[in-house]
Amino acid sequence: MECVFGMVGKRFALVVADTSAVNSILVHKSNEDKIMVLDSHKLMGASGEAGDRAQFTEYVQKNVALYHFRNGIPLTTKAAANFMRGELATALRKNPYMVNIVLAGYEKETGPSLYFIDYIATLHKVEKAAFGYGSYFSLAMMDRHYHPDMTVEEAIKLAEQCIEEIRSRLVVAPQNFVIKIVDKDGAREHSWRRTTKD
Amino acid sequence: MSIFEYNGSALVAMVGKNCFAIASDRRLGVQLQTIATDFQRIFKIHDKLFLGLSGLGSDAQTLYQRLVFRHKLYQLREERDMKPETFASLVSAILYEKRFGPYFCQPVIAGLGDDDKPFICTMDSIGAKELAKDFVVAGTASESLYGACESMFKPDMEHEELFETISQALLSSVDRDCLSGWGGHVYVVTPSEVTERILKGRMD
Repeated sequence: MECVFGMVGKRFALVVADTSAVNSILVHKSNEDKIMVLDSHKLMGASGEAGDRAQFTEYVQKNVALYHFRNGIPLTTKAAANFMRGELATALRKNPYMVNIVLAGYEKETGPSLYFIDYIATLHKVEKAAFGYGSYFSLAMMDRHYHPDMTVEEAIKLAEQCIEEIRSRLVVAPQNFVIKIVDKDGAREHSWRRTTKD
Repeated sequence: MSIFEYNGSALVAMVGKNCFAIASDRRLGVQLQTIATDFQRIFKIHDKLFLGLSGLGSDAQTLYQRLVFRHKLYQLREERDMKPETFASLVSAILYEKRFGPYFCQPVIAGLGDDDKPFICTMDSIGAKELAKDFVVAGTASESLYGACESMFKPDMEHEELFETISQALLSSVDRDCLSGWGGHVYVVTPSEVTERILKGRMD
């Protein structure tokens, strides 16, 4: 029941994820951060198999950092997305990573961008993306209310509407959500939407 | 659901008088959920050669990257572009390499060969080539496309009429298939120019 979704606004991109770590019927913790900050201007929201998620996101983060060290300049969001797709595609027929990714990034030259990367390594640049059972609700909500060039306030309000929809309509809805934002000032945590304290 | 139907696709290529047209739908889905309505299925290899890849989106992207790589190497070595017939053989060979663990794609190749003679072909996921003189189809809507093309096609159409015919065939076929649609992407290629058009059909 993991929910990850994201959208692009005017000169920023937003990624929202639930923060529950679940094993069968047990909620281990409800403050698990599933949106990794890849580098100064990239956010990677991941959902799927817990072990694969942690391993793959860390692997990508370290490789993105390695590129930066070796070459002196950071990867673009598009390049990072293609790198991830390549890793997922190579592993697909050996030992697949069951991880779905929403990658958000900001560049000065090209502005904000959002990439949808499936666990089967399907890559597509999008304006709004969602994974998991929550996607049925959040994608529908975003289809209705999203428009290009939204302000941060409008986007946060839309994210809240999506979270509300997931909370009220998904049978085992996650308790807490984290919202992270990336814009010209970098990638950072924006806020939480909690129903339980952990 | 078959792995070929995971993302949903529709592709068609038609031969005209000294020209060809290749068209695809624009939907990217994950089974019954639509993810995007602007997915690219037709790729330009060079000015007179286009490749359409239907089937699993991930394998289509991987295959496209491998083929572009091979074509660029060919261009460096031979100092010229690949002929469509040669390219079709290359695609067939690359697909058969994975005979016992195939790419889940059905390519459609369309190009202008020697003397700008139009060439189209399709193949299955393990590289069995199927040359045709009139039209080729691929994707989840292929059965509807066969019917539509068979009735609408006539030989030696000029590029304007070819565009109309291929567009009508594509749109009417994807309307009968829930996994493909959300518009169309049509390339009409003559010896002198390439025209790219986006079609708006039933957006559902």
